[in-house]
Amino acid sequence: MSAPTEVEVGRAIGARVERKEDQKLLQGQAEWVDNMHVPGMVYLGIVRSPYAHARITKVDVTPALAHADVVGAWSGADIADEWQGSLPCAWLPTEDTNAPEHKPVAVDKARYAGDAVAVIAATSRGAAEDAAELVEVEYEPLPVVVDPEAALADGAPLVHEEFGTNRCYTWTLEEGEIDRLFAEADVTVSERYRQNRLIPNAIEPRAVFVTAIPANGEFTLWSTTQVPHIARVTLSGVTGIPEAKLRVIAPDVGGGFGSKLNVYAEEALALAVARMLGRPVKWTETRSEGYLSTIHGRDQVQEIELAATSEGKILAVRTKLTASMGAYLQLVTPGIPLLGAWLYAGCYDVQGYSFECTGVFTNTVPTDAYRGAGRPEATYAIERAVDALARKLGMDPVEIRRLNFIREFPAAIKAGLTIDSGDYDASLDVALEQAGYESVRAEQRARRTAGDPKRLGIGLSTYVEMCGLAPSNILGAIRYSGGGWEAATIRCLPTGTVQVLTGSTPHGQGHETSWSQIVSDRLGYEIDEVEVLHGDTAVVPLGMDTYGSRSLAVGGVALYYAADRIAEKGKKIAAHLMEVDEAQVDHVRGTFHGPETSITLKEVAFAAWTAHNLPDGVQPGLEETYVYDPPNFSWPAGAHVAIVEVDTETGAVELLRYIAVDDVGTIVNPIIVEGQIHGGLAQGVAQALYEEAIYDEDGNLLTGNMVSYLVPSAAEFPRWELHHTETPSPTNPMGVKGVGETGAIASPPAVMNAIVDALAEDGITDLDMPATPERVWRALEEARR
Amino acid sequence: MIPAPFDYEVAESVDNAIELLGTREETKVLAGGHSLLPLLRLRLTRPSLLVDVGRLDLSYVRDAGDSIAIGALTRHHDVATAPLLQEHNPLMSFAAGLIGDPQVRHRGTIGGSLAHGDPASDLPAVVLALDGEIDIAGPNGVRTVRAAEFFRGVFETAVGPQELVTEVRVPKLIGDHVWSYLKFRHRAQDWATVGVAAVARRSNGGVADAAIALVNMGATPLRAGAAEAAWIAGAADPGVEADAKTEPPSDTNGSADYRRHLARVLVRRAVEEAEAR
Repeated sequence: MSAPTEVEVGRAIGARVERKEDQKLLQGQAEWVDNMHVPGMVYLGIVRSPYAHARITKVDVTPALAHADVVGAWSGADIADEWQGSLPCAWLPTEDTNAPEHKPVAVDKARYAGDAVAVIAATSRGAAEDAAELVEVEYEPLPVVVDPEAALADGAPLVHEEFGTNRCYTWTLEEGEIDRLFAEADVTVSERYRQNRLIPNAIEPRAVFVTAIPANGEFTLWSTTQVPHIARVTLSGVTGIPEAKLRVIAPDVGGGFGSKLNVYAEEALALAVARMLGRPVKWTETRSEGYLSTIHGRDQVQEIELAATSEGKILAVRTKLTASMGAYLQLVTPGIPLLGAWLYAGCYDVQGYSFECTGVFTNTVPTDAYRGAGRPEATYAIERAVDALARKLGMDPVEIRRLNFIREFPAAIKAGLTIDSGDYDASLDVALEQAGYESVRAEQRARRTAGDPKRLGIGLSTYVEMCGLAPSNILGAIRYSGGGWEAATIRCLPTGTVQVLTGSTPHGQGHETSWSQIVSDRLGYEIDEVEVLHGDTAVVPLGMDTYGSRSLAVGGVALYYAADRIAEKGKKIAAHLMEVDEAQVDHVRGTFHGPETSITLKEVAFAAWTAHNLPDGVQPGLEETYVYDPPNFSWPAGAHVAIVEVDTETGAVELLRYIAVDDVGTIVNPIIVEGQIHGGLAQGVAQALYEEAIYDEDGNLLTGNMVSYLVPSAAEFPRWELHHTETPSPTNPMGVKGVGETGAIASPPAVMNAIVDALAEDGITDLDMPATPERVWRALEEARR
Repeated sequence: MIPAPFDYEVAESVDNAIELLGTREETKVLAGGHSLLPLLRLRLTRPSLLVDVGRLDLSYVRDAGDSIAIGALTRHHDVATAPLLQEHNPLMSFAAGLIGDPQVRHRGTIGGSLAHGDPASDLPAVVLALDGEIDIAGPNGVRTVRAAEFFRGVFETAVGPQELVTEVRVPKLIGDHVWSYLKFRHRAQDWATVGVAAVARRSNGGVADAAIALVNMGATPLRAGAAEAAWIAGAADPGVEADAKTEPPSDTNGSADYRRHLARVLVRRAVEEAEAR
């Protein structure tokens, strides 16, 4: 790696630049997929199975075809010839992973409530919905399994009979003398946690729009996707449309949180129907349809054991996960729990590490990436288990953390990876000071002494996570099908503005602003002089898209290096124009200084465009691309403190204060970082206190809309108290780390530890998420018995 | 998310509305739409005709002597902020201010809320506790029904298929009244898991005319008679029997057992809060 100049923090990088994207969003001028209309367009209506598990004995679409506004209707069998392959799963973690066929429309069997069984094309959306009701489907209901542990039991109904089991895979990782460490430990704790199943709720539901040029066999797919580049590669495989004839565009996309890091049946269906009819096709999910057709998150049973000395030094951690895949494997379903595989010892130094995960098929909506993807689960388990250990030893949760922190960096952790940098004490110091830890403890004791039925609790979460996905060679080693690189192109236009092409596709993160700040820092352009293009495979052909807090730490670094290349070429031209030796020229933020005169990058860009007077061997134009493959993940960390009040009469939990101290390396835009943390905290606290997808034993989703699936609003939260420590990452020249998921990763254990802290003296240490009033009340009732 | 096909008529007058309601078997009145539209969009209800009463002149809060008259189309926000109610019946305005969120309160109407007959709604229990009166217009003119006779079952009220709620009257709380409305819900904009409306008049160091009504503890809003008697008798904890003769539902927001427990706690707290007022 070259030794680039460091960024200047506080000028463009680090400045509170307001988001360039917001004006058009706030003024209703954004380009949403569902707003697209062209003549001749048809709308898809999808008939979905009301049964979680049923043989499909008959599908009759003729009554739907009789509807005046219907132009086509197909059962799964009718449309089967359109598919060249299954919907993609890019991560089969073991050689013997059971990977079922996954057709966009089910043919013989429906495997979850919501599985598509027929599709309608009609000239209006209303007609598509009306006609979907007319399709006659006969089902033969089969026994259902929704719980991942029950699915592994002998005699459980089989989601995919061909495997003879519901086990999808078992993946293990073991380092150190685990058995000896546990046998010799003074003390062990053994905990069991449930990761509640969550339903992602992006503000924009999913939508798909396809236009075709039948004469050329060319298709353009507009999709509310995080991953247009991955969609292009994989949908080509599903539909047989050559990659070169398929253009995928992600216009403005209203959030994803992982739910749009996927390749869905409806995208393939819209392409197939457009190909069959030769007409434009649109489909937009409703919120309640999305709950049955867009991936869910989490849903794991976690067993974690710690071995420790009587002083509280943790020796080893042993984890066993049973993770629900749902009924099929979506894009990265099996790999999601494994993204936490290295993090079950958290930020603590251990000698032994054992991890085992079994993926299990159930008759539920497939699970996949949801903000944090594997790392919230790991952080939750270790942070709660450390508190359990502290309780067992009569230690303060702060003390036990301090005793076990990793302190030397880069840190080769027992699980096998290397943490780039960190200072866990620094974050914890700030968090405790801001929380007023000792005074909260004093009030907690005072309330208890006074017999106040409203208990106070304070909970910690000292987390580290790995993001910035990812070094391609590591992805290959764990059997992920793609790479983890990212591409950036800078094109200096002749009239003084500049274009950036980024393969990292934003869906609300504000790339246009942050990327402009980086270009401004490196090349001296004003923020408004930078145009950032993204999300269209015809404009930006090379990209790996946006997920896993990778944009800045991978795509942003690619941009940094592309700027270096611009400066390098620019310097050659500038030296030539100034008639000095290249070694005599210094580049500083868009100005090339020679011994006597200087010339700006904009002037150089114009000279490169006219090409009247270029040095020998230098091509016209000033455009450079850099494809960056990160040498390591980035490892943000921090200390979060939750302070809760628990009403022991009603079970209600109120989050009184939340203090988040995050260390995400160099901050490019503090406003955007704060926004990311706010949203992440909201989603993490939602997991701890509100959200849970509940299936009944027949596989009906009981929480099928926003009345019963409790997405909290701002009214449920305190004012977030954000603070930062800054430990730059040494693995990239900007020192940046990811920030998109930290809030969702750190906050569930902080909140749950606070509730248990409030109630431990009442005898409650075993409490699952979400800590709803009734669940807390029941735990109290049980403890009172 | 698109309703099944239906016809739509705008009523020009109350009489016209009644007439339109008589033209079909399956008709629905559209007022604020905040209960009806979600049901339509989920296709859980499929009327052949919607009669939009939104343009009728039924949005008002007036002094009616011993009572305050509230037009059926008065929005929850206007009930919550009407000075006449804040002065003469603060229980009513306070409870209306807790409905849903600001958007809901600016669309939903008091007449619609009562006629919809959802036992989880706030205003039915409040009007029951206040012993309010409801005017119902029909083909034979206007009749007045007391709140105690108005609510019949889940989504069932005294309003017939060809009838329309036109006005609600609640008494002025004259003298030394105490009141409380406690709404236990998980999120701010949720329906009550359980709600308690309590009102009484101070008398001889205790209270008289105590009324306690419960939200979401049965098929209709319910008076908690045993708790009312306990309050009047000056019991240390008037909530002990608050769930007597209730049949609370079980759903993902709370089991019946939990709702019974909540009713007991909330009634005690409501009485405490009322007396401390």
